[in-house]
Amino acid sequence: MLLELRNVTRRFGALAAVQAVSLDIEAGEFFTLLGPSGCGKTTLLRMIAGFDAPDQGDILLEGANLAGTPPERRPVHTVFQSYALFPHMSVADNVGFPLLMSRRTREEIVPLVREALAKVHLADKAADYPHELSGGQKQRVALARALVNRPRLLLLDEPLGALDAKLREEMRSELIRLQRDVGITFVFVTHAQTEALALSHRIAVMNAGRVEQVDTPERIYEQPVNRFVAEFIGTCNLIDATVAAATAAHLGLDLGTLGEVVAPAAPGIAVGERGTLALRPEQIRLSARGHAERLRNQFEATVRESLYLGDVTHYSVALANGRTLQALAANSGSARAQLFSTGDAVTVAWRHDAGHFLR
Amino acid sequence: MKPTRSVGHGQRGKAAGMRSRLSRWLVAAPPSLFLALFFLAPSLIMAGASFRFPGELGGLAPLTASAAHGSDHGLTLEAYAFVFGDWVYLWICLKSFAIAAVTTLACLALAYPLAMLIAASPRKRRDLLVLLVILPFASNFLVRVYAWMIVLGPMDLLYTQTAVLIAMVYVHLPFMILPLYINLEKHDPALLDAAQDLGANAWRRFWHVTFPLSLPGVFAGSALVFIPVLGMFAVPELLGGTRDILIGNLIKEQFLDNRDWPLGAALSLVLTAMVLALAWGTLRLARARTRGLA
Ligand SMILES: Nc1ncnc2c1ncn2[C@@H]1O[C@H](COP(=O)(O)OP(=O)(O)O)[C@@H](O)[C@H]1O
Ligand SMILES: [Mg+2]
Repeated sequence: MLLELRNVTRRFGALAAVQAVSLDIEAGEFFTLLGPSGCGKTTLLRMIAGFDAPDQGDILLEGANLAGTPPERRPVHTVFQSYALFPHMSVADNVGFPLLMSRRTREEIVPLVREALAKVHLADKAADYPHELSGGQKQRVALARALVNRPRLLLLDEPLGALDAKLREEMRSELIRLQRDVGITFVFVTHAQTEALALSHRIAVMNAGRVEQVDTPERIYEQPVNRFVAEFIGTCNLIDATVAAATAAHLGLDLGTLGEVVAPAAPGIAVGERGTLALRPEQIRLSARGHAERLRNQFEATVRESLYLGDVTHYSVALANGRTLQALAANSGSARAQLFSTGDAVTVAWRHDAGHFLR
Repeated sequence: MKPTRSVGHGQRGKAAGMRSRLSRWLVAAPPSLFLALFFLAPSLIMAGASFRFPGELGGLAPLTASAAHGSDHGLTLEAYAFVFGDWVYLWICLKSFAIAAVTTLACLALAYPLAMLIAASPRKRRDLLVLLVILPFASNFLVRVYAWMIVLGPMDLLYTQTAVLIAMVYVHLPFMILPLYINLEKHDPALLDAAQDLGANAWRRFWHVTFPLSLPGVFAGSALVFIPVLGMFAVPELLGGTRDILIGNLIKEQFLDNRDWPLGAALSLVLTAMVLALAWGTLRLARARTRGLA
């Protein structure tokens, strides 16, 4: 285990910014802390970097407790959201700074800086000053500077937040490539769920100072452990349900006036339990009324709103009991969905193995 | 510290460009006029005065009535010959530069930690501290120098060079603190976090980040202290001994006591030239980049 957080808590007055967080991060992992603004991600990162100390709990790096070790003596580097490049130093001097601080000689530093700059495709910018660079280039310099003397751990606090959408996508691929290339463990902080899903080996979803779920992107998306995770990661239809039947293969869920539906089995769920059925919009199929294929979970509905988004169309449909569901239909390929408009009578359906019961 | 990018005129209409140029002139004209009238003109008059003959009762001899001096156009290099002909003037000049340098360094050493302290204080307290720094200006300068006589007298320091230095530092300290504070206050604290994160201890954070970034403030403060100290005559006159005469006293004497305006003008022009040369040299030095990795 590279980094262990054990019951880490940090309070600011009455506010518990981080509450009893325990995490194990393995060497070589791209680990993401994902959560809404103010949930304590930065506070947690600052404690790992050493700028802040937990009120309770321990942080261990390779088994050694970091308590009392100042930031400058932790083999942990941070990429700040504002980049924090030294404006009075050239790109090369910025990147060489951590090497200079670890008392390497100029002869050692020069080739390492050149190599680090080549890794982020900035070999030709060595003599430039930060104010001469674009946002994306500054970002790359900050990365090169933080990686050049190979820390055990790299912390990134919303590093893509200041970039425009196009550049953000480019840097996303760049980050994945770079992390594989250098093999250094990344702890990445973001409030953007798509970023987290695209980049991470594992994600910890945080809410109000607590970790709600730690899992792979697929499991976070497909099997969220609670309503918060389900709703925070993408759009999710959440329908109140009572368990009517539970077998090894299926759950029978009573949706009240709508009747019964079938959902995948989940371990430890007993008949009579109340909870929520979580359904992703893309799991819901729309078809013209009367033309529906036979599916177990099928309801009559009316289209309330349709948003054509190019690659997909986003529908809001109302069920017989007035409840609305969000549905997403792909607009391409052979399975190209028929386009519906407001007021159309449709059939909504989802497969018996779609959806996820949340307690 | 984000660089601001100026918007080019290319996309704007021609008329808008002309209007903005006009308004820029309108804004710049009054201060320019004021400076031309009350700063440039007297300076030129003094420059001219240094090439003329002194009047009998002070002032300048009329250009037409200079036959008595053996010159047919009323102009002469006599004052300069006098200045460069006697090593005493050079010696006093050098001594004045030395005093100014020592005062500047002492002010820098005292002001830097103070300015850092103020810049690091919470916002509300900062304003109060800045007010305290400029509070001495609320009382008359001479009154404060006389107050120093009362302080230094019993300490047996009155009429010594030490007394002059103490008072010089005291008088000019705010002029060093303010530009330094204004500079330090603008520093992005994230830079210090980044430096520490990358392995710099407190001293190296100061030496590699805070200090180089504060150099514009250091130069501004140094100029604001060094140059006025060179011209100062009240402090050495009141607190210094008879041997502590500085170039400022010398110039003042020419105008008030000796009534030799041309000599006074020549001395102050030589002083100005030396200060400019020094400023130019410092600027060159500051611009020369330290050897980097690139
Ligand atoms: N130094 C501090 N003093 C008081 N409250 C703080 C401090 N730092 C953070 N907080 C509070 O702690 C909570 C978590 O903040 P932060 O870790 O910055 O969240 P995030 O990075 O997830 O947006 C917020 O409510 C914030 O206001
Ligand atoms: Mg944050």
